[in-house]
Amino acid sequence: MAVKGKIHSIESFGSADGPGVRYIIFLKGCKMRCKYCHNPDTWGADGVTEETAEEVLKKAMRYKNYWKNNGGITVSGGEALLQIDFLIELFKLAKENNVHTTLDTSGNPFTREEPFFGKFNELMKYTDLYMLDIKHIDNEEHKKLTGQPNENILDMAKYLSENGKAMWIRHVLVPGYTDSEEQLTRLKEFIDSLDTVDRVEILPYHTLGVFKWKELGIPYELEDVNPPTKEEVERAKRILGI
Amino acid sequence: MVQKEQWNGFEGRLWKEEINVRQFIQDNYTPYDGDESFLEGPTEATDKLWDALQKLQKEERAKGGVLDMDTEIVSSITSHGAGYIDESLKDLEQVVGLQTDKPLKRAFMPYGGIKMAEQSCEMYGYTPSPELHKIFTEYHKTHNQAVFDAYTPEMRLARRNKIMTGLPDTYGRGRIVGDYRRVALYGIDFLIGKKKEDLANCGNGTMTDDVIRLREEIAEQIKCLNAMKEMANIYGYDISEPAKNAKEAVQWLYFGYLAAIKTQNGAAMSIGRISTFLDIYIERDLKAGTLTEVQAQELVDHLTMKLRMVKFARIESYNQLFSGDPVWATLDLAGTGVDGRSMVTKNDYRFLHTLENMGPAPEPNLTVFYSSRLPENFKKYAAKISITTSSIQYENDDAMKPVWGDDYAICCCVSATQTGKEMQFFGARANLAKCLLYAINGGIDEKTGTQVGPAYRPITSEYLDYDEVLERYDDMMEWLAGLYVNTLNLIQYMHDKYYYEAAELSLMDTNLKRTFATGIAGFSHVIDSLSAIKYAKVKTVRDENGIVKDYEIEGDFPRYGNDDDRADEIGVWLLRTFMDKLEKHHTYRDSEPTTSILTITSNVVYGKATGSMPDGRKAGEPLSPGANPSYGAEKNGLLASLNSLTKLPYEWALDGISNTQTINPGALGNNESDRVDNLTQVMDGYFDQGAHHLNVNVFGKEKLIDAMEHPEKEEYANFTIRVSGYAVKFIDLTKEQQLDVIARTCHDHM
Repeated sequence: MAVKGKIHSIESFGSADGPGVRYIIFLKGCKMRCKYCHNPDTWGADGVTEETAEEVLKKAMRYKNYWKNNGGITVSGGEALLQIDFLIELFKLAKENNVHTTLDTSGNPFTREEPFFGKFNELMKYTDLYMLDIKHIDNEEHKKLTGQPNENILDMAKYLSENGKAMWIRHVLVPGYTDSEEQLTRLKEFIDSLDTVDRVEILPYHTLGVFKWKELGIPYELEDVNPPTKEEVERAKRILGI
Repeated sequence: MVQKEQWNGFEGRLWKEEINVRQFIQDNYTPYDGDESFLEGPTEATDKLWDALQKLQKEERAKGGVLDMDTEIVSSITSHGAGYIDESLKDLEQVVGLQTDKPLKRAFMPYGGIKMAEQSCEMYGYTPSPELHKIFTEYHKTHNQAVFDAYTPEMRLARRNKIMTGLPDTYGRGRIVGDYRRVALYGIDFLIGKKKEDLANCGNGTMTDDVIRLREEIAEQIKCLNAMKEMANIYGYDISEPAKNAKEAVQWLYFGYLAAIKTQNGAAMSIGRISTFLDIYIERDLKAGTLTEVQAQELVDHLTMKLRMVKFARIESYNQLFSGDPVWATLDLAGTGVDGRSMVTKNDYRFLHTLENMGPAPEPNLTVFYSSRLPENFKKYAAKISITTSSIQYENDDAMKPVWGDDYAICCCVSATQTGKEMQFFGARANLAKCLLYAINGGIDEKTGTQVGPAYRPITSEYLDYDEVLERYDDMMEWLAGLYVNTLNLIQYMHDKYYYEAAELSLMDTNLKRTFATGIAGFSHVIDSLSAIKYAKVKTVRDENGIVKDYEIEGDFPRYGNDDDRADEIGVWLLRTFMDKLEKHHTYRDSEPTTSILTITSNVVYGKATGSMPDGRKAGEPLSPGANPSYGAEKNGLLASLNSLTKLPYEWALDGISNTQTINPGALGNNESDRVDNLTQVMDGYFDQGAHHLNVNVFGKEKLIDAMEHPEKEEYANFTIRVSGYAVKFIDLTKEQQLDVIARTCHDHM
């Protein structure tokens, strides 16, 4: 029996979630509780559409005309790695159809323990690019911000690097939370220790998802935090050397 | 074979033996696949003139939209003396000629209808001439009067209840593109000679209605050609002979166009496919060393400036239909030849570059004939200009070329016609959304309660049944198609008779192909309504007279705009069904019926007149424009929406399928080069799948809201956006239309 993916929604036109024009599949479910999450509606398991890899790819292929040699599918979330069995099937099928695959992940489910680790090794065969969000370089701060530790996330980055897997590192810049010089410098040092990072991106914190918290009736802690100014973004970029 | 010294250096034979501009272009143009680095900035003269013009535009806005008006002179080709942007700067103008004797002064044009001409004066505080009133009511009939004399009661009723709307019975039908290039290539005397031959060969002596009419028309055309010479003389030019260099070619061509806009105030007055043609003259001069790139750009800038100045006096109801003072001076770029060569020349870059040299502007309505096979450099430059100015529309050359060849031009917003060989009878649109409501209510208008359509059996059940609704809808469309075609037959007949476009037609072949352009409004709402009835449950809400006034929808249903075949196929069915019904009827002058899915900004007024729909759209809310999906229907992003559009067969809507999309710059890519690449890929993918048209806007909602609230800010003076079929300065839209634009989906993926 084919595994069914639990899908939150799709976006036919993504331009910032991997190289070129992307078809983005948002999967349901995430264990992180990032204070600034802009998709809290993807946390739970409610309101999902269940589809097989074949069904998902068939729909995605409707957009291959827009991809040319610069685009493909991106699986995001929620946290995509929570549905690793489905991911393996989807990306395997995608590669059989010569579709570029990108995995957008927080790395939170990563572990070198079985059965996950074996599956992850399988998934690596079919994944062209990893987009890894590093929310905070400091483990304690990471826990405060997301409710989860970051050791396994950094370990995943190392593992990808060791295996020669291309990745983009992304960091959400939240004024007062993730923008101190000290931690950005540490982040830079960590990124420099990796060999396969093609791109480092700053994602300026935005408030476009706040209404979802209200809809879901979850208190939003960062109510008073404003998006970073242009100058603040430029400063962070300078520190990260991008 | 005729030989003229002005043609020295030009290749080819056929175009010298007959009027054949298309052949001249194919024999002589130089394709360009390089990048934009050759382009030059504005000259001092351009800056000075553009400054002067912008001052005038500001004054115009400050005066409520009209700077000055004629009330005493009936506009004709030779009615006015020479006019300049600024008398003190007139020596700087490389291209001369205005509609009247002063810049932005609107001419008095009573032939379409004296009432409208007078209303437009009064609306802006001018007093129309009593003498002209007497002439055009007592001694000379106008188009508008003639149409209303002949209308049947049924036509009047349908028109009043707005199931047929925007009909060209109170304004000029427009949409006829003279081949203005002929003036430059051949000179007026040659053209008069050809028309005289045509007159001599018209008919075999048997005076049928057709022959008599055509003989009179040719005679009118010859008069116009003579008048054009006289008009050019007023500006100190002799256009009897062909243009001998690029400057003359631009000037000669513009005089041809000027004759058209001095005599006709049609809803669309396109200048056509002139870019590649003019490039041939510019290339010849550049090679000869008699022209520099700076001068070439200046010529293009100055011609463009003139096209930004075209104005007509309009009335309130017209402004509601076509908001923001558009004239559709549509100017076409790029495309490919039937031999497969790209027709992109350096001049296509120069015209796009006017948007950089003089900033964004709604006119001319710059249209790129797109194919994924156009040179990559050009596609990227066009995408870049789209991203920075939101002033360009794209139409699919690969879809249009098989139908119209490689010398077609856009005659209004999106409709193609073969240049010089074809004219269109513009016929506005039928409101198919309202027609569906008539089907449910047995021909009673849901707004006025009047029996407008035939009193077919209304639907009496509480819940709508798909098969039953479809059957009734089919009958009601049958009625509407017949009434609509016949109303248009009458309008076109009278327009030919009382407001004949002699100037444009004098620059076209005598034996023309004619298309009969109908249109559809409310497209997406019909699809979604039928889908709701089919896939959800739709309950009727009736008033005390049993008229269905509203609908309650239970459950979800697929909506057009999500690449969902269940909904999209209803759209294809709707288009084909209506087109089939139109084709059953006789169309005036044996014209070929076509249809469009295009509403311009009139979606707002049409919506006002249309009751609640079974798709959840409430009474009075704007219809979605053109072939766009309904507000809020698009759930899967831009490309899913575009894919829905690609399913509509262009062959069934040869008058055009308009789609307007707004993309947030951030959603298009993280940096300029990504944005350019992504937009190019989107257009490649969209047009490769056969879609017809795309208006591309790149800005965020915040900018629109700020511009609405602070129109006085300098940055918004020329802030241009694409709406269905044209471009407009955002601050010139009515408040309602601004809100409508803001409400539409802005593709803004997070």
